[in-house]
Amino acid sequence: MEQLQTMSPVTARPLPIEPAARPEQPAEATATAEAPAIKVEIRNVSFFYGKFQALKDISLPLYDRNVTAFIGPSGCGKSTLLRVLNRIYELYPGHLATGEVLVGGENILDPGLDPNRLRARIGMVFQKPTPFPMSVYENIAFGIRLYERLPKSELDDRIESALRRAALWDEVKDKLRQSGLRLSGGQQQRLCIARAIAIEPEILLLDEPASALDPISTQRIEELIAELKADYCIAIVTHNMQQAARSSDYTAFLYSGELVEFDETERIFTHPTKRRTEDYITGRFG
Amino acid sequence: MDLYGRRRIANRVVMGLSALATGFGLLWLALVLGTLLANGIAAIGPTLFTQMTPPPGSSGGLLNAIFGTVAMTVLATLIGTPTGILAGTFLAEYARASRFGEAVRFVNDILLSAPSIIIGLFVYEAMVVHMGHFSAWAGAVALAIIMIPVVVRTTEDMLRLVPDSLREAAAALGAPRWKVIVLVAYRAAVQGMLTGVLLAIARISGETAPLLFTALNNQFWSADLNAPMANLPVVIFQFAMSPYADWQTLAWGGALLITAAILVLSITARVLASWSSFKQ
Repeated sequence: MEQLQTMSPVTARPLPIEPAARPEQPAEATATAEAPAIKVEIRNVSFFYGKFQALKDISLPLYDRNVTAFIGPSGCGKSTLLRVLNRIYELYPGHLATGEVLVGGENILDPGLDPNRLRARIGMVFQKPTPFPMSVYENIAFGIRLYERLPKSELDDRIESALRRAALWDEVKDKLRQSGLRLSGGQQQRLCIARAIAIEPEILLLDEPASALDPISTQRIEELIAELKADYCIAIVTHNMQQAARSSDYTAFLYSGELVEFDETERIFTHPTKRRTEDYITGRFG
Repeated sequence: MDLYGRRRIANRVVMGLSALATGFGLLWLALVLGTLLANGIAAIGPTLFTQMTPPPGSSGGLLNAIFGTVAMTVLATLIGTPTGILAGTFLAEYARASRFGEAVRFVNDILLSAPSIIIGLFVYEAMVVHMGHFSAWAGAVALAIIMIPVVVRTTEDMLRLVPDSLREAAAALGAPRWKVIVLVAYRAAVQGMLTGVLLAIARISGETAPLLFTALNNQFWSADLNAPMANLPVVIFQFAMSPYADWQTLAWGGALLITAAILVLSITARVLASWSSFKQ
């Protein structure tokens, strides 16, 4: 965290994040500085790993076409919160979430809701790149084939467009039949992003997508996030404070399972209202 | 003497002992293979593969025994591979932490080390006695029972090596569990699983004890699965114990044949395994 002393969050930011400077935001409500549509409403969510409570009564909104960052020290529950949003935690016995997560008015934690249909709408990218042991092409076709039977030419188009949107096409267009495992770490991660957006979800969950990557790959992923937010509601977990400052519009600071503060990223990093938030973002702990 | 010097000497002594032990082990392997080659090479020729097992004193080959071994091994593989892979999948994917899974795993490990003659006796009691005669079916079932625990174990081990992050990634795309297993986990583990099957085939193709009570043997050509069937291990056993020189030569030839076949299977398994680690 020494870098924080030399770089203020504002100067360390290559991408414009000021809410007012976002031209793609339709100016609907004029009463407040902005009023983006709420895509996901997290209401009173608690989470239990067996007896251990990892999240305590979390409530916050995720805005459409905005990036919301979850920050906080290790073990604060930020990844857990992300994993609640597509119910991926259900793969493991003994994990339990309570409360409500509303997407389009529907509570996605409702046990009657098929988690696989939910995950078609909510894509996820993990900390470690997870290409499947198959070709670049098949990696993306895998997800598409779960939902659609397309003729070859149409499938080709979909795969190309997903790779283009993930800023990977130029690097892999001659290697589509090569194993996805042979790509570099940064390319693998962009392949995973391409795979997630190929099935056209509404929401993207990114769990420390750049923490295993080198600085240049990290920058490419951040640029990608900035482009993708024109179409998606994005939630990103990050350990990296500059990354949160650079690439998110809203920031939620979690500490030992509690939501300490949620606000516009700009305000969290310049005028946090809570002492613990300030201590954390200035590197006094964590 | 200083500490460093003492350690160097201890290091040399232990290294020397280890090398000696390795050499001692390899020596016997070399002697076995050498004897096999020296005695068996004389029997290898076209007649070995074209003629039936002869009565003593006349010339012949091992065609019926080769056919019997191949037929029963193939049958056992057809029974044992799907069963073993499905059970291994159950243990690795569905019953990882459950009591029932623990119990199945424990029983499977016992079966893995069960003496093969006991499995032969079991199939004798369960099949041969009820059918009233020895049969190739009984032999194949006995071999399959030996094969299943090997395949269960390797399948489970290989699937457990597949990182959970890969399963999560597939599930996060909305893939149902069976697709996660079949399209992603199997894909990641396929070489290892195949290696396990090949090693299991190598193991059963040389088993004698379970066949003594089940398929027995047959002096003549028979492709009838409901009748006793000739097979290499039992023919080797019978011919090697006989006082007739030409039978003994055929036994050496059969032993060489089995060894060569197992060698080929093992090398194939090795190549597959290294190929998979190269690809990762």
